[in-house]
Amino acid sequence: MDNTRETLIEIEGLYQIFGPDAKNVLPKVKAGASKEDILAETGHTIGLQDINLSVKRGEIFVIMGLSGSGKSTLIRHFNRLIDPTAGKIKVEGDDIMELPIKELTTFRRHKMAMVFQHFGLMPHRCVLDNVGYGLLIKGEKRAEWKPKAVDWLETVGLAGYEDQFPSQLSGGQQQRVGLARALCTDAEILLMDEAFSALDPLIRSEMQEQLIDLQENLQKTIIFITHDLDEALRLGDRIAVLKDGKLVQVGTPVDIVLKPEDEYVRAFAKDVNRARALTVQTIMTADTSKLEGISAKDVRDSFPADRNHAFVFNNNAYQGVLTKQQLDDMQDDDLLETALIKVPTVRRTNLLQDVIPLSLNTRFDLPVVNKQGELKGRVEASKLADVLSP
Amino acid sequence: MIDSSWLTEFPDMSRRELLAIRQTLDGAYRNFSRNYGESIENFFDPLLYFLVWFENLLIETPWWIVLAAIVGLVYAATRSWKLCTGVLTAFLAIGYFGMWEDTMRTLSIITVCTILSICIGIPIGILMARSDRAKSIITPLLDIMQTMPAFVYLIPVVMLLGIGRIPGVIAVVIYAIPPVIRLTNLGIRLVNKETLEAATAYGATPTQRLFGVQIPLAMPTIMAGINQTIMMALAMVVVASMIGVKGLGQPVLKSITNQYFTLGLLNGLAIVALAIIFDRVSQSYAKRAQKHLEGTENG
Repeated sequence: MDNTRETLIEIEGLYQIFGPDAKNVLPKVKAGASKEDILAETGHTIGLQDINLSVKRGEIFVIMGLSGSGKSTLIRHFNRLIDPTAGKIKVEGDDIMELPIKELTTFRRHKMAMVFQHFGLMPHRCVLDNVGYGLLIKGEKRAEWKPKAVDWLETVGLAGYEDQFPSQLSGGQQQRVGLARALCTDAEILLMDEAFSALDPLIRSEMQEQLIDLQENLQKTIIFITHDLDEALRLGDRIAVLKDGKLVQVGTPVDIVLKPEDEYVRAFAKDVNRARALTVQTIMTADTSKLEGISAKDVRDSFPADRNHAFVFNNNAYQGVLTKQQLDDMQDDDLLETALIKVPTVRRTNLLQDVIPLSLNTRFDLPVVNKQGELKGRVEASKLADVLSP
Repeated sequence: MIDSSWLTEFPDMSRRELLAIRQTLDGAYRNFSRNYGESIENFFDPLLYFLVWFENLLIETPWWIVLAAIVGLVYAATRSWKLCTGVLTAFLAIGYFGMWEDTMRTLSIITVCTILSICIGIPIGILMARSDRAKSIITPLLDIMQTMPAFVYLIPVVMLLGIGRIPGVIAVVIYAIPPVIRLTNLGIRLVNKETLEAATAYGATPTQRLFGVQIPLAMPTIMAGINQTIMMALAMVVVASMIGVKGLGQPVLKSITNQYFTLGLLNGLAIVALAIIFDRVSQSYAKRAQKHLEGTENG
């Protein structure tokens, strides 16, 4: 993850209390009274308490929690569909809580677009008019936005459906329309409220893939809500775990799985299929020592003393694995080529599930290389086993 | 011995006191109607002119042109030849049995009442949907309007405006307007929350939300309300005839007082025919306008 990106959205000290006299209940909540006490004493429900988070430009920020954890309430604060009881919501440094209603409307029209769990399409408008809705209410003429809407519809794979009504489409297709509608506005920030939760598993993973593909080109800032940790791990650059209206942990997918900060996250992380959630990056040993040469005498001196095998490179191209044993048996002028064992390379971004069969097929470590083929480290079978059997 | 008759008889106020209350209220209202009756009457004059003009138009235009216009309207609204044939047959039968003029009178007053009810009712319904306070005030009023016997509110209206078409229209509208108000309110409140949120999230103004999302999505319910309003307006035709509204109601009234069974039956059937025509046409128009709601529900 790129840590140098600038912060785009910041939420500070956000509280949401539901009830007729929320402002007066707030001090008690701030003083630390529990949810149950507040409910029993005042009849108010605490939706969110003391939320502090920052979202960086261009990242997919996933907010994960079970139903009732307040995640859908939280995402509705980003564009003020719900107003908080207290707290600041800053976008590019400006507190949107201070926007008067007219500027708020302008802000919503230009800065953010939203995708809903149950699609939120207008049933009385055809697919094309739904996609162009964000531009239509800005007052743009149909002729102006039509080509754009048609383009986006094609991008999400629904070319030719322009004149259909939403009720004539399947759930997956409807959500594609919802996604096209959000992208059509050119808003920089995309709010996705359990966008794929209502879809069946196959369609869901298809949509996730599509989102990842789109994101590679678009580099939008996406706030994604889900109750599904697998989805969170797959999509998220960073994940925030929400429980009973409180943030429990914010971190990268690896942090969540390998370093859960409390029981709640641990329980979640336990059921995760780690082989599918983690990448080579998380378990590789950064070690760039390698052998460079074509004959035994080239490498005899540089063989690492504490290891019984090493990776051989020639002109920065990976050749194979050489064992200490074999090197000792060789004459100085023997070519290494004959003794090398072909062990495949892996990349940092490979999922562990793709690496497992490779690792099982050899007694040696797997070399990790980058795009240019340079050695970056190695994967040890024992570490792989450790991480897969917690 | 203490008088204990209150145990067996309700301790009501004396007749004299009651009389005093009645006289005061009646007197006050009489004064009010004497002072303001004329200006209120003047206020309703444009409506009266329109009513008379519309009625004359229907009666004085040759019957076959009116009939052609009606069938044409029905076709435009429903695109169904079956309905058109039914309407044509019904009106031919009505004319053949000598009820053409009365039917045109009833048709005109029902049309005017319906248009008035829609024009007044839908905005009230919208107001009710937007504010819970408005709803809590309007709902009991609607309850009163629907349950109070029509004759009771006819008295002050007649005192104020005399006998004629205008008091008839007011009585019919009071009786017929509640369904369209109630169902407009209900329809708007039932609009899918996420769809409305979507509109807000993309930056729709309250007006854009109302006319772009809420009313279109509430339309099936509102149409049901309009349909009910038309039916109730027709049901008031006979009562309205008691205060001088001409039309199919008057022969029915005459039949009751003179025991003319056949006359009553024929005019009653004509009212039924009108009701069925209005109902079928408005429903099939609503269905046609809501075509997008059909389609396969998959996923």
